[in-house]
Amino acid sequence: MARALINVPKQAKRGDVIEIKTLVSHPMETGYRRDSMGKAIPRDIINRFVCTYNGVEVFRADLFPAIAANPFLSFHTVATESGEIKLSWTGDDGNTQTETVNITVV
Amino acid sequence: MTIALVRTLRVPGFVCLCVAALAATAQLTATMAAEIPAAERRSGYDMMSRETRAMQDDDTSNPAMFSVLEGETLWSTKAGEANRSCADCHGDAQQSMKGVAARYPAYDASRRRPLNLEQRVNVCRTERQKATAFPPESKDLLAITSFIARQSRGMPITITTDRMIEFAETGRILFHRRQGQLNLSCSQCHDDNWGRSLAGSTIPQGHPTGYPIYRLEWQSVGSLQRRLRNCLVGMRAEPYENGSPEHVALELYMMWRARGLKMDAPGVRP
Repeated sequence: MARALINVPKQAKRGDVIEIKTLVSHPMETGYRRDSMGKAIPRDIINRFVCTYNGVEVFRADLFPAIAANPFLSFHTVATESGEIKLSWTGDDGNTQTETVNITVV
Repeated sequence: MTIALVRTLRVPGFVCLCVAALAATAQLTATMAAEIPAAERRSGYDMMSRETRAMQDDDTSNPAMFSVLEGETLWSTKAGEANRSCADCHGDAQQSMKGVAARYPAYDASRRRPLNLEQRVNVCRTERQKATAFPPESKDLLAITSFIARQSRGMPITITTDRMIEFAETGRILFHRRQGQLNLSCSQCHDDNWGRSLAGSTIPQGHPTGYPIYRLEWQSVGSLQRRLRNCLVGMRAEPYENGSPEHVALELYMMWRARGLKMDAPGVRP
């Protein structure tokens, strides 16, 4: 679907609050615009973002047409154990893009 | 100021031309403000809000990085009849493209005029790779130019006007020429009133340090030419066409005017 930039610390101390920053390339077409011929441009946005940490959902967001292109989301979670953080973006077309990053907790 | 500029830039063979240019600019001097002295020269980056600066500084939050990453892919993609990629000739861009964006537009001896970075890329495309040129403001052209510009981040602008004095002079005249229904020149905002407000926005000095930029208003990456057209439309003036000599001359003068400032491409601007 798109390119994503993810910023998660590679290593953290157990119990630390870590920040996860994500940026995904997407036009976030609102559906309210028209092209040069006056034809409506259909809506095409990412409508859901989910982050799971070792299978447990830690953050979820619903996105709406007023959100700018290339949505940037940043949130916090507690580093509990080593494992994988899975991030997924779901678009209006029903496709989901999933990226995985690993974190080591010491 | 004008006399000093012309003298320092003079090269043998252009003496007559310089005298002509001098005569032309002498009239302008009366109405135009002095150039911003080096000590007061500030990039648009310095005038942005803390939040926008933070967005640009972090490569994982700077949306222009998508364009850079695409450019990196294009750099090593073979194209055209010659079936060559940029990397086949230029090798590692981190080495070969370092500082390149900081000295463009540059003189092209065979065409006897300056070329900007976009035009240079397309010359390579058509002549070396035997491929079709990237259309202006296309995603691919912006990607490859932002990737090249990224290699000059942190380096000072080291533009030279050698052999291009007449073009720099044209750019200077365009910069100071009142135009459009609002009857404004670039200089009236960016030399005389920088740091003050135009509606809710701070007027920057107009130094092209971060191009191609990701402009939040556009929600996309755009070239300096797109930004210039933006200003021209705002002045209710007729915008120059893509790749027109006026654009390149203005670009050259603006880079010369920003000499010494650090490149921060790809920039994020409000």
